[in-house]
Amino acid sequence: MSKITVNDNVVEWNDGLTITELLKIMKYTFPMLIVKVNGELIRKDQYGTYLVPENSDVKVVHLMSGG
Amino acid sequence: MNVAEMKAKHILLKEFDFKVKELYRGYSDKTLYINLDDNTIKEKEVPQSMKEKFIGGKGYGLKMLWDATKPETKWDDPENEIVISPGPIAGITQYAGAGKSLVVAISPMTDIVIDSNVGGYFGPFLKFAGFDALELQGKAKNDVIIVIDGTKGKITIEEAPAEAMDSHILAEQLTEMYSDSDAPRDMKNISVISAGMAAEHTMIGMLNFSWYDIKRKNVRLKQAGRGGIGTILRNKKIKAVVVKAAGVTADPNHVADMEPIKERGARFAKEMKELDPHQCRMKQEGTAHLVNIMNDYNLLPTNNFQYGSHKDADNLHSRVWNSYFTQGMNDGCWIGCTMNCAKAVDNFELKSGPYKGDKVIVDGPEYETAAGVGSNMGIFDPETVIELNFYCDTYGIDTISFGTMTAFAMECFEKGLITTAHTGGMDLSFGNIESSLELIHQMARGEGFGKIVGLGVRGMKKYFAENFGADPKFMQDIGMENKGLEYSQYVSKESLAQQGGYAMTNKGPQHDEAWLIFMDMVNNHIPTFEDKAEALHYFPMFRTWFGLMGLCKLPWNDVEPENNAQTDEPAKVPEHVDNYITIYNAVTGQNIDKHEMIRQSERVYNYQRTFNIRRGYGLRKHDAQPYRAAGPVTVPEYESLAEQYDKQMKENIGIDPEGKTTEEKIAITRRYREDRYEQLLDAVYKRRGWTDNGVPTLAHMKDLGMDLPEVVEVLSKHQ
Repeated sequence: MSKITVNDNVVEWNDGLTITELLKIMKYTFPMLIVKVNGELIRKDQYGTYLVPENSDVKVVHLMSGG
Repeated sequence: MNVAEMKAKHILLKEFDFKVKELYRGYSDKTLYINLDDNTIKEKEVPQSMKEKFIGGKGYGLKMLWDATKPETKWDDPENEIVISPGPIAGITQYAGAGKSLVVAISPMTDIVIDSNVGGYFGPFLKFAGFDALELQGKAKNDVIIVIDGTKGKITIEEAPAEAMDSHILAEQLTEMYSDSDAPRDMKNISVISAGMAAEHTMIGMLNFSWYDIKRKNVRLKQAGRGGIGTILRNKKIKAVVVKAAGVTADPNHVADMEPIKERGARFAKEMKELDPHQCRMKQEGTAHLVNIMNDYNLLPTNNFQYGSHKDADNLHSRVWNSYFTQGMNDGCWIGCTMNCAKAVDNFELKSGPYKGDKVIVDGPEYETAAGVGSNMGIFDPETVIELNFYCDTYGIDTISFGTMTAFAMECFEKGLITTAHTGGMDLSFGNIESSLELIHQMARGEGFGKIVGLGVRGMKKYFAENFGADPKFMQDIGMENKGLEYSQYVSKESLAQQGGYAMTNKGPQHDEAWLIFMDMVNNHIPTFEDKAEALHYFPMFRTWFGLMGLCKLPWNDVEPENNAQTDEPAKVPEHVDNYITIYNAVTGQNIDKHEMIRQSERVYNYQRTFNIRRGYGLRKHDAQPYRAAGPVTVPEYESLAEQYDKQMKENIGIDPEGKTTEEKIAITRRYREDRYEQLLDAVYKRRGWTDNGVPTLAHMKDLGMDLPEVVEVLSKHQ
């Protein structure tokens, strides 16, 4: 299986995987996210076009809210 | 009866004249003391030492409550106080969320100090009348109202037999009664504190703080919800406290330097305008925007915290609330708040109870209410949530506790621990709308099974065991209370840090000290015990600071600056932290930095822990949590996430789940999780400068400058 890690969890990778699709797969619906791929910050306007490379280390940082 | 006729029935018990002292740099340095035993009214000077160490807000409340009570004082003793203090920043109108009051008292639910923060105009108006805090002590013989007139410099205590008891009517009557005219410009100068009928008959009474909504031309309510303070208000036979202000000027606090406050306020307002529609949509949906998000992350409490999501949760989705909330209004609960998140449902027609058929304003629901009286009770009908929200508010009870308590009773019913023979014939299955509404009306009438539920989860556990023969051990596992207070509405099973964020709190499991679930469970940012301990040091201390100042927490992190992602610690929202430090310095003329900010909170936080110890609590054993907060109690709970739990068993515990029964796997998981919680306590206590038993060390208190004689006397017995 081709894979990436997302917040240290192993996740299946597919060719052409964008950040938008990855967030959908992970059910990460919270609006205040910071996404880094191999340490590089991905801007929100790139989520639909940026292709996540195989074996990437993806960090999706959820900021706090509520309370 | 009109308000003139009601007023004619008042009997004046005491009148007190005072000179309204102008505020200087956020303070009047005076507090107001009222004792209803003998109708004493007096002004007190604030000593400089108190100002330096306790700052204001909750700090002042704790200090005054400590001085006013004995270690053995019970909630319904006359000497128990309700102390209301806004804090030095409260009352500014140039930055969002600066109208909060902090209320403290000895709680009927926990027997320790409760603190509850609340919006509405009362706190700022109290300051404008020249008082940094209000102490209410003693008990009246008959129902009274207290009127603090900041326009004339006059305070009265009046017997008031004719007014309504429920808040949505009472606050309207008193606003009209004490306003100079019925013009909105005058009505907005009145704020009322009140409770309601159910506050008299339950332990979960809360306080409504009103403000007059000019656009709606009606009275709105915000709640100091937690810990039963409304029950104390009614036990003192206080029907209401009214404050009247002369109006709101641009700088009533007479701050040291207004320009930085205006600049930061304008910067924040721009963030709200440009970023909020793409972030949390606080202006459109308030905190209710969280319901579907929590459901997506398996964090939405469902059926008494058994599960974290539900197939019908879309019925409580933020877009549903968006459609109920009137849009385009100025929904700030204090003037100048650009977050505007105090959403309301207008013209809601009630379907039950004494006000059936009336069309009313419902303040909310907030996320906590939607989850508490909705999903956690198995109710996914938005109109029932709105109706329960309304009745909780007007009857003067806490939606969070009501939800968690009722959910507990419902699970006991479904598991056969109680039956219709105990409930007076009510079917208390999860999702039973009719029974839920009947329960709340019973609480208001002080009758039936509603009165028993109104004891709270801890009270019900005892009552069910003693009177119905229910299994105490099972109820201990599923009863979501710690220290006697019901949990607020997040599932903490998969976040060890949040388990600490709940059960290690000073007052009981309310999320306002620390909300670490994303950081811990989703981001995996704080994997070690030391990491979690650092978060459980910083965030509770940082968030305590809002309660010292009269500030709302929401503008801190419910919208975030565009460049927040590029900062070194985005979870702390450094730019907003800097806003707060800048504003504090600009109001008071002091010069603190982000380290002193935490020290200010640490002094008060550790004092509150010491206060609990003084009362025989505040030790390690009191930070224990019900197992449901940490993991699956029952077979269905485990099996709902069996794949995840099995994987954790194999990878984290090192035990192969293959061939084991679910009961065996529950037991293995439980041993592991309970052990980890104990390790967390060790790590957090060490980080906070406490002993293994959770007691602040004398060395730490000395380092903080809090080695006060009364503190040393308490702590030296536990070193």
